[in-house]
Amino acid sequence: MGLSPSFFAAKFGIMERDLESYLSEALSAGGEYADLYFEYLSTSSIGIDEGIVKSASESVTLGVGIRVIAGERTGYAYSDDLSPEKIRKAARVAALIARGPASVVKTGFQEARKHNLYSMVTSPHELSLAERVDLVKRADAAARSYDSRVFQVIANYADSLREVLVASSDGRLSFDRQPMARMGVAALAREADGVPQQGYSGGGGRVTLDFFLNEKTPEHFAKEAARQAIVQLTAVDAPAGESVVVLGPGWPGILLHEAVGHGLEADFNRKGVSAFSGRIGQQVASPLCTVIDDGTIGSRRGSLNVDDEGVPTQKNVLIENGILRGYLQDTLSARLLGSTSTGSGRRESYQHIPMPRMTNTYMLAGQSDPGDIIRSVPKGIYCATFGGGQVDITSGNFVFQATESYLIEDGKITRPVKGATLIGNGPEALKYVSMVGNDLQLDEGIGVCGKEGQSVPVGVGIPTVKIDKMTVGGTAA
Amino acid sequence: MSESLIDIARSAVRRALEAGATGAECTISEGEEFSASVRMREVENLKQAGSRGAGIRVLVGNLTGSSRTSDLTPQGIESMIRGALDLARITTPDPHAGLPDPADLGRFPGDLKLYDPAVSTMETEWKIAQAMRAEEVALAADPRITNSEGGSFDSYLGARVFANSLGFAGEYRTSSCGLSVVPVAKQNGSMERDYWHTSAREVSRLESPEEVGRRAAERALRRLNPRKVPTQKVPVIFEPRTARMLLGDLFDAVNGGAIYRHASFLTGKLGEKIASEALTIIDDATMPGLFGSSPFDDEGVIARRTVVIERGVLKSYLLNTYTALKLGLKTTGNASRGLAGSAGVGPGNFYLEAGTRSEDDLIAGVIQGLYVTELIGASANTVTGDYSSGAAGLWIENGELAYPVSEITIAGNLKQMLMNLEQVGTNLEFRSSIASPSILIGEMTISGQ
Repeated sequence: MGLSPSFFAAKFGIMERDLESYLSEALSAGGEYADLYFEYLSTSSIGIDEGIVKSASESVTLGVGIRVIAGERTGYAYSDDLSPEKIRKAARVAALIARGPASVVKTGFQEARKHNLYSMVTSPHELSLAERVDLVKRADAAARSYDSRVFQVIANYADSLREVLVASSDGRLSFDRQPMARMGVAALAREADGVPQQGYSGGGGRVTLDFFLNEKTPEHFAKEAARQAIVQLTAVDAPAGESVVVLGPGWPGILLHEAVGHGLEADFNRKGVSAFSGRIGQQVASPLCTVIDDGTIGSRRGSLNVDDEGVPTQKNVLIENGILRGYLQDTLSARLLGSTSTGSGRRESYQHIPMPRMTNTYMLAGQSDPGDIIRSVPKGIYCATFGGGQVDITSGNFVFQATESYLIEDGKITRPVKGATLIGNGPEALKYVSMVGNDLQLDEGIGVCGKEGQSVPVGVGIPTVKIDKMTVGGTAA
Repeated sequence: MSESLIDIARSAVRRALEAGATGAECTISEGEEFSASVRMREVENLKQAGSRGAGIRVLVGNLTGSSRTSDLTPQGIESMIRGALDLARITTPDPHAGLPDPADLGRFPGDLKLYDPAVSTMETEWKIAQAMRAEEVALAADPRITNSEGGSFDSYLGARVFANSLGFAGEYRTSSCGLSVVPVAKQNGSMERDYWHTSAREVSRLESPEEVGRRAAERALRRLNPRKVPTQKVPVIFEPRTARMLLGDLFDAVNGGAIYRHASFLTGKLGEKIASEALTIIDDATMPGLFGSSPFDDEGVIARRTVVIERGVLKSYLLNTYTALKLGLKTTGNASRGLAGSAGVGPGNFYLEAGTRSEDDLIAGVIQGLYVTELIGASANTVTGDYSSGAAGLWIENGELAYPVSEITIAGNLKQMLMNLEQVGTNLEFRSSIASPSILIGEMTISGQ
């Protein structure tokens, strides 16, 4: 099979025999495995601020990352110059990790199976700049017209197209063409002479501009940002201390990402530094909880046809009816643990070493009516929207920041409360889940996950969930 | 190599003007990174590579466009300029868009000691040995240190070039290196990790691997078997590592970009008393050898020292050319950007001036309170000042550090926290561009059991 469909063959003349030769160079001092990750990323972004389209920007970055694995050791080098001399030089630097006679590269590549998950109606390059300007202008107008108390709006639109080629010394070859687009709107509102409050909304996925014309419009995000800012104008201090917490559907799924997802990444478990290490088969959540990480959902922000090691993504069950089932594996951890990759090897760019990461992490829907869940709470808080979160995978303590929440009093959602951090312990928190709604929603597509300095896009999702006990970090003691 | 980079930047600016721009700024950066990590006494990762890139911002009257590329060939630069010009034409005229006042441009005289040639000549084996040693010392410190997330040694050599159509062209080189280790302590089913990190522009200013290993182990060990305290309001002491995070949130609130949008609780407070007398904050990009220093900012404006808060009174916002113009003020030389885009606002060395009492003295004055050693998921709302964060640390009882606490949050409002900042320690160290000694805040809400 030739490399005729490859973007890199057409643009840079990189052919199959070249890939074999670079891999041989990488394994010239030994090692069991080497791979090449070619990346060509073009991005564009545009923003409106104070009603003025102040900025428009574009970029092209390209390069190749070369990895050599010898036992548990990884050698890595990259080049932003795709000339044969520079690639060979990088391969020799990566090879420094191994010390021995050259290893043999399997000749003849097999193209990896892959999904077809992206709805690429039109390539971002084929769209006029004017259409993008129109999106941010529409968002600005919609946020301002939502309510006269809205006085500042910032809206941004960014899209990118990433061409990827992965070739490995065991003969795996894969190409992918990964679109991404995202829109974000921030709004500030105030009463006359009052204290301003802010709201934010955004979304997107592995889509192009059409998505924002046909599915989620600029008006959708603008109204949501404005609505949140207005809600905050009447917010009271958040409670402090342990409370019943009801999470709304969608983005509050960040709970799963922080509480269990990171702790189940195989690198931490291989090293025995995760609070979940050695707990496969144990009860780590209420039997109502089944948690999935799935990179194969069409058009989602966290989805990939193949992961960044060229392995097709898959649907992985992390927790099944409360029992811990499995870890997220990349090829290195799988090799060292005698397991197989779960299609979870991801990296930020060609400049980064891949590691096990999440894709789209969510909890399966349960049986409860969301209204019944709220009605069952005499006193607690309802969290509709979150900002970010963070976890200490060793102690298992995690936090996530509620940006829109409400008091629940006598089974009814009452007053909005100010933003507050919620804190819990990963292997314990989900044991307190006592009701799971039948309303699973995935988030709008804004998640960015950071690990060891590398950022990758991810998705989350959750139905309405009642947690009987969690610590809420407000000021109203 | 860097001589030719400045030529590339100058000629890109010239080409942009020829192609129709009325103003242009070009930034080029070049860097070489190295990192070695070890884990459980074995080498784990070795990474080494170099990269470079250029970015341009063009003005066509009051329209602005920008573009970046990693292709520094004449064709690559030409295509970058064309891209930026095309983009400028779709933006809206912004009466405040422009370049700095030529009188503000320039280079801080004298050697800022940003580049240490020794960083470029360190042997790989030596760097690995530093990481190995730091991890070994941590592992050997106590039988309860049973595992490690590893030790690492990183180094970076960089060059940054900037030219604009007002005739400014300048460049500087930087170096940095760092050593860190993350031991894991375990006892009675409790597992905790912590880290220690040293970094400097000069190799000789790094702490020794023994010191790094010892302090990391000590920090991990003292977190074992933490308790969760009841919800209450108490005094809180932030050690330097966590105090600097709080100071970072304060930086966001004096950032001119937030001020002109009314997105900061400090908007309109210039000249007012916004904090206790104990608080003086300086931003200074002219301190030799520090991470926040540079001879000129990312618009070519000469580096300087700015008093931001003096004994509790807000003296200055931090500004670039654009935000200064929006507010009718002068730039403070705090322009900051990557390669492309309009400049934002970034810190020089943004620090809280040291006080007169030792950290031990601060602790000794607290009867019941929290000493915060870790903040996780800190959330500071710059618009309202509302602050809430996950925390871990040590509980203070009768003036002494008594036992570890975790899985709690601390909350307050930055406006009140600034007013309640009662004491500042003497222990100011510059480990990054934002630095603070230990501080004591009179009261915050702790959420726990």
